Amino acid sequence: MKTAKVLTTPRMERCIGCHSCSLACARLVHKKLSWDTAGIRIISSGGLSTGFEAKSCLACNPAPCALACPTGAFSQRKGGGVIFKSKHCIQCGDCAEACPVEAIYLDATSEPFVCIHCGQCVPYCPHDCLEMAEVVVEPSTEKEAEEVAS
Amino acid sequence: MIRDHFRILTVDLTSGKGKIVTIEGRDTEAGGSGLAALLFDKYGHLDKPWDVPEQPLIFTIGPLTGYFPLMSKTVCGFKSPYHNQYGESHAGGRSALSLRFADLDGLVITGKAARPSYISIGSRHLEVKDVHYMWGIDLQRSGKMLRKMIGGAGHRSIFRIGPAGENLSAYACITVDTYRHFGRLGGGAVMGSKNLKAIAIQGDGVFQLPEGKEYAELFEEVHKQLTTTDMMDKYHNLGTPVNVAVLNGLKALPIRNLQQTTDPNIKGITGETFADDTLLRNTACAGCPVGCIHIGFVREKFMEPNQYLYRQVSYDHEPIFATGSMLGITNAFSVLGIIDMVEKMGLDVMSAGVALAWATEALEKGLISEKETLVPLKFNDAAGYKEAIQHLGLGSNDFYRLLAQGTMKAAAQYGGEDFACVLGQEMAGYATGEVFFTSQALGFRHSHLDSGGYSYDQKHTTERKVKEAVDFLVKDEQGRVLLTSMVACLFAREVYKDDLLADCLSSLGYTTLADNMQQVAQHIQKLRWRLRLATGFDPAAVKIPKRFTEVTTWKGPIDPKFLKQLKKEYTKRIIELGKEEPKEQ
Ligand code: SF4
Ligand code: SF4
Ligand code: SF4
Ligand code: SF4
Repeated sequence: MKTAKVLTTPRMERCIGCHSCSLACARLVHKKLSWDTAGIRIISSGGLSTGFEAKSCLACNPAPCALACPTGAFSQRKGGGVIFKSKHCIQCGDCAEACPVEAIYLDATSEPFVCIHCGQCVPYCPHDCLEMAEVVVEPSTEKEAEEVAS
Repeated sequence: MIRDHFRILTVDLTSGKGKIVTIEGRDTEAGGSGLAALLFDKYGHLDKPWDVPEQPLIFTIGPLTGYFPLMSKTVCGFKSPYHNQYGESHAGGRSALSLRFADLDGLVITGKAARPSYISIGSRHLEVKDVHYMWGIDLQRSGKMLRKMIGGAGHRSIFRIGPAGENLSAYACITVDTYRHFGRLGGGAVMGSKNLKAIAIQGDGVFQLPEGKEYAELFEEVHKQLTTTDMMDKYHNLGTPVNVAVLNGLKALPIRNLQQTTDPNIKGITGETFADDTLLRNTACAGCPVGCIHIGFVREKFMEPNQYLYRQVSYDHEPIFATGSMLGITNAFSVLGIIDMVEKMGLDVMSAGVALAWATEALEKGLISEKETLVPLKFNDAAGYKEAIQHLGLGSNDFYRLLAQGTMKAAAQYGGEDFACVLGQEMAGYATGEVFFTSQALGFRHSHLDSGGYSYDQKHTTERKVKEAVDFLVKDEQGRVLLTSMVACLFAREVYKDDLLADCLSSLGYTTLADNMQQVAQHIQKLRWRLRLATGFDPAAVKIPKRFTEVTTWKGPIDPKFLKQLKKEYTKRIIELGKEEPKEQ
């Protein structure tokens, strides 16, 4: 059985709002210093006084963002989520609009930033809020089913 | 972003317009404390009072802000309403990263808005907006309104003032993101004098990181040191309130207006009790995996039968000392109730608590009456103190208006200067001995964080060496001013030693700064003192009230002679430090 890993945020009630995860994603995945260009972003839920929420990709399968993308820059990732190929992106922002949980950040030029489920942010969380979960990759086409079988 | 100069936004509230200004000095003033002083030198008016519109309110960050963990503080520089001299106050929250991501090394606010307003800035916007309807509204309510109006939850910082700031209390604070404060020396009144209710900073810029492995590897190293060693455990675990029991055990905790230094009933307000009974959660400044901010709660019955409301309140050693032991209160929830009221009013918690401790004793001694205090202030009467805090914030009568200008100012009029616990400003929560008293009374910010006088007292129990002690204060201040120019959280000072700081600076390309850190630190230290003296500070005129000489700690009674010698020596050194530096060719 083929599996894939996806980033999950199972223990956000422990979050202290340090932004170490977002800063790590921006730094390590996107080589940037930024709060926004990151696959996970932390917001305070209703002011600081009630804790924090994470905006991150839920690894949808099928992914509404990929379905909305007119150029195929966003395509379905096996196990959920998307694969992004920037050279195909026309910065239309349709992906961000289609995402139900605002997981996609559009920068000033409308370039999308989304989680690629690499797991690099996870060890930076001091309270173990984040976790890479293993999901079974469902063969989605006959061709793939064959590949898996062979 | 990494640059060899400073990028400053100046906003003139009178015209409602701003300007981006480029200022040189990265290799000499670095940022943070150094940059604030540089900007005050440029925009400040040494000889004019603190509240003329042209005086600047300055916020600065440093070269390492955002690039390394715990580089999470902002420095605020201004002419203080407390003493009408140049002063500095520091805060964390999301302030520093917001300024970094708004692409500003500093923000300078001058002028006065025609009507109460807020400033909203980001990497791509600037707006001055009329919010006259928010004037007079307490900090918790105005915070909610501002968050709705401004948006961008999580990636922005909001600074705001409460009634105390609007009423120009000399120890009104600027509250940052609900739980952090530019607490001391009255920055809140400077905002009030400018008709400025709030400042919102959106951190929406994106920057390239240095290429290559050096920076990336160093970040890992620093992060590891900060999170895996036990160094930070103290701040993450019980937090600073761990000190309450420790100091009480040492007979060094100020209690009941410093009439005592230890109390057998202290257990009700120790860090352990706060954690066991009141702690809801920890939270952190942005960019800090340690998360030292401890949040407890207050629950209030507002109606029969059984109708309650609750609020979350952050606590630390200093607020617990000021509104707890200093007021004779030994119940954690009562302490949180008073802190909550202080938060609403937007007062500096240390000054407010210490001021009321003095007022309580003055009332006991008959120097003032209930006509002045409006409530029968009594040690250990939390309900009375909550009411009094409100009077202090609102300036309910002449007495409270004067007390809100500083305990010593009230004592000068009503008497009781001997037992006003003032060391430059209302004391911090350490009655450790002569060196600490000297260090706060004369220190640049009159803060317990200017230099580690309290730890020197604890390490040198028997010796009375004046020169060594003052050398330590001067040297330690220099080390700290370097950190607050980067701008590091001082809790990280055990990790960010000189070598590591130099490596961090080099990895970002600040090699000149890395090579000259000691000279730069010395220069900033001198620059700050020069400005302080030029705005009127006379260290020789500082009095240490009699109460401090009546204290008995674990070392025995305070030695007034030693205290006097320390003061004399430190005064001499400060005057030397404040002398004009020779110009370089
Ligand atoms: S980005 Fe949004 S829509 Fe796309 S897979 Fe993730 S959660 Fe689903
Ligand atoms: S912005 Fe790019 S990735 Fe998003 S929908 Fe448009 S083309 Fe696709
Ligand atoms: S899993 Fe990878 S891409 Fe997703 S938020 Fe974490 S570091 Fe970023
Ligand atoms: S690293 Fe963990 S604690 Fe910090 S903001 Fe992210 S999820 Fe919250």
